[in-house]
Amino acid sequence: MPSLNYAAPTTVDEAVKLLAGASGLAKVLSGGTDLLVQLRSGRLRPDLIVDTKKIPGIMGITQGADGGFVIGAATPGAVIEANAALTKAWPGVVEAMDLIGSTQIQGRASLAGNLCNASPAADSVPALYAAAAIAVIVGPNGKREVPVEQVPTGPGRTSLAKGEFILEFKLPPRPPRSSDAYLRFIPRTEMDIAVVGCGISVTLDAGGTCTAARVSLGAVAPTVLLVQAAADTLIGHKLDDATLQKLDAAAQAACKPIDDKRGTIVYRTKIAGVLARRVAAIAFDRALGKTSVKTH
Amino acid sequence: MNYIASDLKVVGTRPVRPDGVEKVTGRAQFGADMRMAGMLWGKVLRSPHAHAKIVSIDASKAEKLPGVKAVVTSKDFPHIANEEAFVGEGPMNFRDLSRNCLAWDKALYEGHAIAAVAASTQAIADAAVELIDVKYEVLPYVIDVEDAMKDGAPILHDDLFTGGVEPKPTKPSNIAKVLTFKKGDAEAGFKDADVVVEGRYTTQPVHQAYIEPHACLCSYNADGQVTVYSSSQGHFMVRAYCAKLLGIEISDIRAVPLEIGGGFGGKTLVYLEPVAIALSKKAGRPVKMQMTREEVFRASGPTSGAVIEMKFGAKKDGTIVAARQVLKYQAGGFPGSPVGPGCMCGLAMYDIPNVEVIGYDVVSNRPKVAAYRAPGAPISSFAVESAMDELARKLNMDPIALREQNGARNGTKTHYGPTHQNIGFLATLEAAKNHPHYKSPLKPGQGRGIACGFWFNIGGETSAGCHVAEDGSVTATSGNPDIGGSRAAIGMMVAEVLGLPAEQVRTMIPDTSSIGFSFLTGGSRTTFSIGMAVTQAAERVVEDLKQRAAQIWEIPADAVEWRDGKAYPAGSNAGAFEPLDLAALALKAGRTGGPIGAEVSLNAQGAGPGFGAHICDVEVDKETGAVKILRYTAVQDVGKAIHPSYVEGQIQGGAAQGIGWALNEEYIYDAKGKMDNAGFLDYRVPVASDVPMIEAVLVEVPNPRHPFGARGVGEVPIVPPMAAIANAIRSATGLRMPDLPMSPPKLRAALDAAPKTSPG
Amino acid sequence: MSKHHVSAVINGEPTEFLCETQQTLLDVLRDEIGLTGSKEGCASGDCGACSVIVDGRLICSCLMLGCEADGTSITTIEGIAQGDHLHPVQQKFLEHAALQCGFCTPGLIVASKALLDENPNPTEEEARYWLAGNLCRCTGYDKVIRAVMDAAAVMRGEKAA
Repeated sequence: MPSLNYAAPTTVDEAVKLLAGASGLAKVLSGGTDLLVQLRSGRLRPDLIVDTKKIPGIMGITQGADGGFVIGAATPGAVIEANAALTKAWPGVVEAMDLIGSTQIQGRASLAGNLCNASPAADSVPALYAAAAIAVIVGPNGKREVPVEQVPTGPGRTSLAKGEFILEFKLPPRPPRSSDAYLRFIPRTEMDIAVVGCGISVTLDAGGTCTAARVSLGAVAPTVLLVQAAADTLIGHKLDDATLQKLDAAAQAACKPIDDKRGTIVYRTKIAGVLARRVAAIAFDRALGKTSVKTH
Repeated sequence: MNYIASDLKVVGTRPVRPDGVEKVTGRAQFGADMRMAGMLWGKVLRSPHAHAKIVSIDASKAEKLPGVKAVVTSKDFPHIANEEAFVGEGPMNFRDLSRNCLAWDKALYEGHAIAAVAASTQAIADAAVELIDVKYEVLPYVIDVEDAMKDGAPILHDDLFTGGVEPKPTKPSNIAKVLTFKKGDAEAGFKDADVVVEGRYTTQPVHQAYIEPHACLCSYNADGQVTVYSSSQGHFMVRAYCAKLLGIEISDIRAVPLEIGGGFGGKTLVYLEPVAIALSKKAGRPVKMQMTREEVFRASGPTSGAVIEMKFGAKKDGTIVAARQVLKYQAGGFPGSPVGPGCMCGLAMYDIPNVEVIGYDVVSNRPKVAAYRAPGAPISSFAVESAMDELARKLNMDPIALREQNGARNGTKTHYGPTHQNIGFLATLEAAKNHPHYKSPLKPGQGRGIACGFWFNIGGETSAGCHVAEDGSVTATSGNPDIGGSRAAIGMMVAEVLGLPAEQVRTMIPDTSSIGFSFLTGGSRTTFSIGMAVTQAAERVVEDLKQRAAQIWEIPADAVEWRDGKAYPAGSNAGAFEPLDLAALALKAGRTGGPIGAEVSLNAQGAGPGFGAHICDVEVDKETGAVKILRYTAVQDVGKAIHPSYVEGQIQGGAAQGIGWALNEEYIYDAKGKMDNAGFLDYRVPVASDVPMIEAVLVEVPNPRHPFGARGVGEVPIVPPMAAIANAIRSATGLRMPDLPMSPPKLRAALDAAPKTSPG
Repeated sequence: MSKHHVSAVINGEPTEFLCETQQTLLDVLRDEIGLTGSKEGCASGDCGACSVIVDGRLICSCLMLGCEADGTSITTIEGIAQGDHLHPVQQKFLEHAALQCGFCTPGLIVASKALLDENPNPTEEEARYWLAGNLCRCTGYDKVIRAVMDAAAVMRGEKAA
């Protein structure tokens, strides 16, 4: 009978030592909403589980004097959604995290878990990419900071080395008239994995012209995509019909999806265009202060 | 006695159910909640292949694992002959049931049980099954019903020859049988028609998806007596099936009904109990077994997927003169799809002079289908009611008016034989037509659909009792597991007869050794059949109580009347006696004849069929194909609603299942014939935010064959929703969606392919 | 690895138990402590039948390890009523016939209590989305939502219990 070990280190160093020194497969446990499912189904058979939740700083949200945010990697979604300042500055990141699973899942699920599980359809990831979030990684070689889009490398795979884990996420300070939004398409109204997800962050000038944009698509490729070509359709433009059409086309062109039980290539590609248009509209409206209403 | 015309004090009200508190506090014991000292944990080894010969099974490594106490295969079951028994909603072949519980020589679907282990912990049992070495010869598989019917399809059973075909075939087939129903001359009828609509419809297999996985705890004693604790839709069924499958005498088994977490037909047979008993016998200890959710999907009976060809012919004035239906249903690994009821129910609502219905029961490499709420009828009605909608459009008639014109009424002879009596179809249509929903305005992009449904409902062998305790308190007993709140209705009928408030009657479900035989809980029969039996039992108790009062007062028994829970002298001539209540009479029970109680066993006849008419409004997101249900009204003739809240609950629950079936539920298979979505993540049942409030409208056309006028209600509501939604989508988009589920990618593809015209 | 020795407060009672690493909190509640009110419907966090409240947060107990519970305070369905005094949510579930088979009911009641603790005045839509993680196959959710809204009104003092 294989035995499974469990440790709950109380410092970063302790956690790194455990992960780096593990002779078999060691997995980090944040909220457990992916890990425990994979344990139960037999998809993962680790030898060691390292519960990081007792490490100082890994749970909780702080806002710096410059207006940027630091979000502990294991912070549950419910805590993220309850943070008014974060919701005001980054409604897209918050709503993306909020869409993951049920209320019960929200009680545990974390940004780090969602990112490092590296599902192409993860909901919070397109919003984090669009936000230009930074992942603060700790490991045997100390601390390093990388753009989040460098972490997932393929379905279920990340660029983290043995012994490394994410300690926290940084979100940059927001220029004025900036906001973001996230939408996903699912067949029901809740509880499904995204068939397509789209996160967009924009900064506008006083006249409503976009001066900066990041567009990210989920569930249409082996990893979540940052689509520069789609962002380019927005930068320098207002969100008129012509821009929307170009955005739609650029989003569709970026898709490299598969046919699976959740969607077909044809369908996903079309919906990517639909969502890109809808998300851009919300992000622009929010950036101009027109609405802060939740999208679901 | 018949209470239909009486002034009722309890029946028709909404008291709290007697078993409610234990359910809302978590104390109620369901299938997996039982424990016994020394209990072992069981686990089933299942086939990873959709179709394979089992060449050999070597369990030696598993047996050696510390903690493993027993391993069983089909060799531990007697090999019984090919034998069929009619069991209410479909025939049961016990040889097939045995082979389904543990495979004989072939794995017939992915998930088919091959062997089982009992061990001292669940973890050891789980590890042990992985050590059982099975050698398979993998065979080509077939799943789709029409593929399975083709010449050259992989044959599942070498000894299966198509029944219902003359001359008898000599080549084995996957078509287990062909059914034919004829009335009049359909060909002539179509020639006579002014307008014809034809269509081909398909449905995918769907699962009952009860939230409680199958579970049981079985204890085989050294003297051969067995106790089975399980959640099921019939503990007498559990007892009988286990006895049959294991060669045990029926009364050597005591089946104890635990609370059941949903059945909908899927728990009207056994999967784990016979295996657990066999393990318990070998290990000498009780064995607990439970299915995981994945096992429930892979290995317990969902319902058929099907292909239906539908044709209607009508005159210009709306009279339907001919109908033809060809139904092809998957049965799964063994014969027994509900194609029979499908053939009967789809057209049962209409009075059509010329009808031809042909049904095919076809085996294919998926789990053996089990009953699912009005088995066969929802599939058939999806086609019938979609085609009726097309017919109404072609005739330029209101869809309800078309159904009224052709609707069955008292005296209409069905195409499958019986004549309708005391039915409420027209009343149901009338109520739907007059409901504010039907007249409410729609916004652009929204659509409305209506559809109807029918189910026969059954009666059958039933036992129930009524007992007065020494302090006068009353217990009603029922031989039927309570799957939806029937204890409330049963207690209420007894309370009504005895003249007591509902709260003063307790309703219990004794085990198989403690009450007479009852047929299982299904077919919408419980309130009807138990109601009949328990009412008679309560009436006998009332007669007995009057006798006791007569003795105490020393007057003739016919000079006593019973009112409001008390015995009274009948008129001033009988004597000026103070009334005697149950407590007073019970106190003297010993001296007046002994314990007061009655148990009635009968075969309930006269179950009335039910009809439903549903109205559904939808909004379609034309860019994504997502369908939103805006409003849903379900009208149904329910006979007398004993407890209206639970009647409404049946209607709302059945409608919600139909909504899931219509929009998102289906078995998805991979390239190896394995189910790809065996979990609640990707098998998409409706969640709370997917549906609006569902208004249940109760049309009470009493069934005169039942003392209170009750009809079965549970199954009808799942029959109309798929067509109601398809018709609403048609109204919103102009598109006919003939293939279920009507999921967003399908709608988007249909919208993209459609010529650019405005919706009808 | 030898078993973990875990101390937690469960329904107000200090409780100790032993568990293996791979046992979830649900396994522990049901099989080690005997609190079988929380149910296993799927063991993958998709049905909500195992819902409990840990340190004030609604979670699926099938997605938490038993050894993670050390030092936590847990409320299960068995702790919702106070003695024989039912919580308004429980009472309204009974009055509205918001349960049929009763299997999903413990999870729904715990989740509904958590909803009303956080948002005493939910709209119907908010209630439906909060409870989307609790599958019910019997009721179609209609009477469940009515019971929750009615319990909310009672808890706000707007109507008598």
